[in-house]
Amino acid sequence: MPSVSLTVNGQPVTVEVENRTLLVQLLRDRLSLTGTHIGCDTSQCGACVVHLDGISIKSCTILAVQCEDAEVVTIEGIASSPGLHPMQEAFNHKHGLQCGYCTPGMIMSLIDLLRVEPHPDEHAVRKWLEGNICRCTGYQSIVDAALECAQQQSGGASAHV
Amino acid sequence: MYDFRYTRPTMLAEALQSAEEADSKFLAGGMTLLPACKQRLARPSTLIDLGGIRELAGISMQDGTLRIGAMTRHFEVAASEAVRTAIPGLARLAGVIGDQQVRHRGTIGGSVANNDPAADYPAGLLGLGATVATDRRTIAADDFFLGLFETALEEGEMLTSVSFPVPDAAAYEKFSSPASGYALIGVMVSRTGADVRVAVTGGGHGVFRVAAAEAALVDDWSPQAVSGIEVDADMLSDDHGAPTAYKMALIRTLTARAVASMVR
Repeated sequence: MPSVSLTVNGQPVTVEVENRTLLVQLLRDRLSLTGTHIGCDTSQCGACVVHLDGISIKSCTILAVQCEDAEVVTIEGIASSPGLHPMQEAFNHKHGLQCGYCTPGMIMSLIDLLRVEPHPDEHAVRKWLEGNICRCTGYQSIVDAALECAQQQSGGASAHV
Repeated sequence: MYDFRYTRPTMLAEALQSAEEADSKFLAGGMTLLPACKQRLARPSTLIDLGGIRELAGISMQDGTLRIGAMTRHFEVAASEAVRTAIPGLARLAGVIGDQQVRHRGTIGGSVANNDPAADYPAGLLGLGATVATDRRTIAADDFFLGLFETALEEGEMLTSVSFPVPDAAAYEKFSSPASGYALIGVMVSRTGADVRVAVTGGGHGVFRVAAAEAALVDDWSPQAVSGIEVDADMLSDDHGAPTAYKMALIRTLTARAVASMVR
């Protein structure tokens, strides 16, 4: 059976996989990192977003074997222990979730947004979240959380709301 | 998904050799091919991952022509200073494909070779008069797109890059399906000297040029010029969510908006 060697949340791993194994299946079924969710399995919903070599991608639409030598970061790998990542803190503070199913993908996606654009306005946040579907919140509280996190990371300077 | 063999060559020649195997497929960004495999609509014997071939990616300007390698991803085209300077309408097109995570993986070569009837890039290539390069020849966009998911590519032929002549002006306007992000209608309009090209995606049967709009805009380079143009109804599918008359109205409106964005 083929195997793939990659780094997941800073830990090097080598796993035997089928060629058809998806990255999300490797993470959930083989590494028990179940924070990455499968929502639609058709690259629409964004519940499976992780970072591949620093960039947000949908882990349901990439083969595990394509990630040879790659660095993958999942929702389990973003917080510096102990405590939460600032984006998680902001979601907590702004009630950016209800059922929570989409939340890991939302957070991984928004961390990537702030990497590319540290001071997004509301429009930029909403446009970036086109690939993340939430059926509970109506998005407002998620957008609020993203803007709060951006504001706090820039040392309290006012966000462009 | 049925299982398959997988190979990730680093050299073009290796990839082409693998492609001689029956039912093998090139894997570019995978944004269409992998979902098709999951649904068992595609059953490749081998997936030849082109992600490891460096010479297939990258953007360069050569003699007034913008060359984009097949494995260049949508977000790279959208953010490229070279593209934004030479053909800002093309950067805009790349920036409205799918969603951000799709743009992080999807490639120009994959999109063009797939020729989805609602994809954005086919309109970009046809509307800008681009040229497709493969491992064995070059093909003008006018001769490349042959209808629904059909192209001039032969079995085992690899699309390696796309070259765009730099127009005097070009703009892309798109009305997206709110569910899928695909174009309900997308229109690329370009002008180079006296020459005008208008290409439409999303019609239903594959990308096409609108001769009536091009002629009207050659006579009168203004948004009003296309208000009464006729679009060949045979090029439009009558869909439940988007009847033919609605698509015609969208084509007129989006063409006018594209021109308006260039004349103001």
